[in-house]
Amino acid sequence: MSKFSIRKSLFTWDKGVVLFLVISILIGSFGSQYFATASNLSFVIQSIAEIAIIATAMAFLIISGEIDLSVASMMALTSASIGYAFQAGVPFEASILIGLLVGLLAGIFNGVLVTVFGLPSLAVTIATLALYRGLCWVLLENKPVNQLPTDWVALGNENIPNTFLPWATIPLVLLAGVAWFVLHTTKLGRWVFVIGTNPVAAKFSGIPVNRVKLGLFAYSGLMSAVAGVIYTLRFASASPDGGAGYELSVIAAVLFGGVAIAGGVGTMWGVLAAVISLGVIRSALQLVGFSANALLVVSGGLLLISVILPRVTEFVRSQRSRASIQSNNKEKVNT
Amino acid sequence: MNKKVVKRVSAVLFASALAFGLAGCAPAAEETPTAEGTTAAASLKIAIVPKAINIGYFTAWNEGAQKACAELNAICDYIGPNEITGAAQVEFINQVIQQQYDILVISAADQNAIVPSLQKARDAGIIIVTSDADVAAESKDSRVVSILPSEESRIGTAQVDWMAEAIDSTGSVAIISPANAANQTAWINAMGPYLTSQYPEMSWVGGSLEKAVFYANDPTESSEAFAAILAQYPDVAGIISPTTVGVLAAAVEKKAKRAAVKVTGLGLPSEMASYIEDGTIEKIGLWNPLDLGYVAVYAGVAALNGPFDGAVGSSFPAGDKTYTVVEGNIAYLGDPYTFTKENIAEFKVIY
Repeated sequence: MSKFSIRKSLFTWDKGVVLFLVISILIGSFGSQYFATASNLSFVIQSIAEIAIIATAMAFLIISGEIDLSVASMMALTSASIGYAFQAGVPFEASILIGLLVGLLAGIFNGVLVTVFGLPSLAVTIATLALYRGLCWVLLENKPVNQLPTDWVALGNENIPNTFLPWATIPLVLLAGVAWFVLHTTKLGRWVFVIGTNPVAAKFSGIPVNRVKLGLFAYSGLMSAVAGVIYTLRFASASPDGGAGYELSVIAAVLFGGVAIAGGVGTMWGVLAAVISLGVIRSALQLVGFSANALLVVSGGLLLISVILPRVTEFVRSQRSRASIQSNNKEKVNT
Repeated sequence: MNKKVVKRVSAVLFASALAFGLAGCAPAAEETPTAEGTTAAASLKIAIVPKAINIGYFTAWNEGAQKACAELNAICDYIGPNEITGAAQVEFINQVIQQQYDILVISAADQNAIVPSLQKARDAGIIIVTSDADVAAESKDSRVVSILPSEESRIGTAQVDWMAEAIDSTGSVAIISPANAANQTAWINAMGPYLTSQYPEMSWVGGSLEKAVFYANDPTESSEAFAAILAQYPDVAGIISPTTVGVLAAAVEKKAKRAAVKVTGLGLPSEMASYIEDGTIEKIGLWNPLDLGYVAVYAGVAALNGPFDGAVGSSFPAGDKTYTVVEGNIAYLGDPYTFTKENIAEFKVIY
């Protein structure tokens, strides 16, 4: 028995993700002379920053047994709000604050619908996915806003001086650090796991389930908004169709990182390792010469494996433990 | 100093890759592209980046580019995303920067979002030529020159002329177009005043150009837009779709519903042939994407070798023609080409 528990702790899914990251780096480094370079590292970090930041909040939500499909729309709504305000003559700094506030409010609105009205988050956020995207189109119509202040655009595209890290690294590390700290070391973090494992028990043990969930949706809105600011600066424009489809990339990364879709299980570093490794394997395969079509097949395949493999290991494990229990019982009978 | 660190890190990674014995797994890398036994000119590396791969139009565009590359003894790689978004295209511009291409020929998937990346590519010393779709006019410094089919306004107004021909210059007209696409927006803006001034008996459904435009980004949405137009405006006389996706969907729907509404727009001859042959549609138009790709590669090589620099008034040769750069640092190919029952058989096999 003790042998099994050692194995269990050795081969967890999130460790597999880290191993996968190492393999991805090796493929890239060996397959292309252009992979392991400072500029490519900068590109990879930029390409994952928005998804990683939203994923930190999505991890909380999915662990708590909820989901938020409207994240990409909230991100775009933030971007559209910034563009709209800036175009209307509001200083850019204030426009960014407005954008963050809009994202936060959008998240709170999701949370109120789920907690106050008791609606399922899947349905609510499918609806607000469309609603918030529609608002983007109402705000900007078909006219993307460009010509944003060059200093801010530089912030979205250049590296921190004397490093090969893009500026987006700072909010990314900071927010990921906070998310890790809260999820794994605080009472709130433990509550999130309890809520996801057994919401009824959570309620009876005095956890303010609805307040926590409302907070998580607000958090999701705010993180989407931060991602929206980064996205706006990176692409030097605000357009109503920005970030379309990002919600799927975020959820894919969170699940690939070992968070159980049913809730109650997951680690923040597993999620972050997943976002990073998905970005790295994309870059590596691209530089090795894979086409966009091949990349799509690979990312779909990886996701499928991430869903299937834990189930298979679970099954094998349960078969083994059943076998060992049976043999134990037999031994007992024999003695 | 940091570069040194990175080099060391990559060296360690490289060594560990060897140590892991992954040698057998490495694909035939693209690091030795000059093994043709030709002169140094053959080392010219050109990236051909479409809005998205898997689209017939861009396959033809690439064919034209490849023809020029063969003539110029350059190596052209066709790489790009499989969805038309600026964000997706940026990943491939990054790849072009990483792999140190000499020239980037690109059809801008988003007129703003790819600009910062193009600037990075430009700063890395890559010659950038936009072809087929340009960046926003304010950002024209991010590329050397743009190769475009015809004056924007004429692409729009020509479609109004084709529609007028189809409906005897009488009746109301709607438009099915992708949202947020630089090309289509410009063409549609040109259609508005032209229709009003040239064809007094024609009008936009709903009374204004804004109301007449139905946005659709893919075949499904285009079919829905077609149905929505017929439902909202039963007396609609014609539908213009300035996109290969929209006009095909409109043709399919028109045939399926046996609708009387006339359809025209910009369509790919190979996709539209059966509908032109059976009379569903009388006339569509398009420029030659082969020429767009072909001329763009020549422009890029001319800019790399100099003295051509994309300045207004400067010119470069491509095939047996010479192209001169006009206002906005743009070189135009000519007028849109039209396809009817008479010539569709000839063109459907090309693109």
